[in-house]
Order: sequence, then C-alpha cells, then structure tokens
Amino acid sequence: MIALSQDILAEIAAQAESEAPNEACGYLAGRDGVALERYPMTNADASPEHFSFEPREQFVALKRAREAGFELIAVYHSHPATPARMSDEDVRLANDPDTIYLIYSTPEDRIRGFTVTRDKRVLECQVQVTAETPR
Amino acid sequence: MKLTINGKPEDIAGENLSVVELLKVKDVEMPDMVSVQLNGEILERSAFETTTVKDDDEVEFLYFMGGGSL
Repeated sequence: MIALSQDILAEIAAQAESEAPNEACGYLAGRDGVALERYPMTNADASPEHFSFEPREQFVALKRAREAGFELIAVYHSHPATPARMSDEDVRLANDPDTIYLIYSTPEDRIRGFTVTRDKRVLECQVQVTAETPR
Repeated sequence: MKLTINGKPEDIAGENLSVVELLKVKDVEMPDMVSVQLNGEILERSAFETTTVKDDDEVEFLYFMGGGSL
C-alpha cells in the first residue's frame, strides 16, 4: 500500500493537465509507504504515448530525497487519453521490483498503483489518498 | 573493498570488480536497465564492463524509468 495526500494527488493531476497532450512523470519520496514529497521530472520522450526519465535528473532527485531523510518510493506517470492501467510497454519497462508504479489517468481522473515482479507479474497496490499529508 | 553504494557504506567481497560485476553482486539482473554514477560522474553504459571500482568509491545506481500508455 502507498499513502499520499490529496494535495500530492492534486499536484500530479495539475502536472498531467499542464503537460498534456504529453505524458507527465515524476517520483514520490517518503518513508514507510507514505509519500511526503513529489519531484516532477522531465519527460525526455516529450510524447503523448511514452515517457522516460533523464538519468541526470534521476540522480538529483535521489540525492534530494536522501538529504531530506526520505527514499524514492514510487514513480508516477500520466496516461493522457487512456485508463489508469499498466500498458504492455509499462510492464516491459518496469525493471525495479522494489518501487511502486503509479498511473494517473487524465480522462478517468483516477490514480492506481502497481508493483511488477522480476518475472513481470503485475500486482495492484492499494493507493490510500488522505485528506492531509501523513506524518 | 569498502564502497559507498546508494549512500550507504558497504563491504563488498573481491577486488577490481567491474561495474557490471558490482551490479550483479547488488542483485541487478539487467545492468543495461540502470544508470550508474561513479564518484559523481554518470558512467556511459558502454563503460560498465571496462570500468572497475576501488576502495572508497561512491557508486549510485538507479533503474531506467520509462513506459507508455499504449
């Protein structure tokens, strides 16, 4: 399970809106399954159908999280025109079995979370949206 | 060999490990799918086989992140 505040969800939705029609993406940092900070990332693909992170930005986000005493606990990206589900490409490129993959669908205004095992099994992960930032 | 890996000090068995070998020790099965920073510099993937790590090196690695909606 991952917990995130309504504020963080609203920020993800706003980023998705502002970067549409391209996919928007970023990291969530926190601890113990609780997201406390959002780090928007550049979609290096600048595409409505694909996203990828820029490695240099990834390392900056990692250090920022570490300095705050957090870990990178989830990766999010938007689906500007499709449902909040793991696409074939999402599964193929999900290489980190330890992170949570969040997908925000703009048309559905919905976020879902998944983990992907090394043998590419997709498991849904509960996303708990809280009124305030959990501490 | 004493390394700092993803911010944590670690004792890694062996000397003159290549980056690929180190990633295997760290249970990374697909080195092509990670980005590596060695002592603050991003390492080209083509150099993973030929670059070795030594005592006191700082190594960061992160998985490539990407996907698509189709």
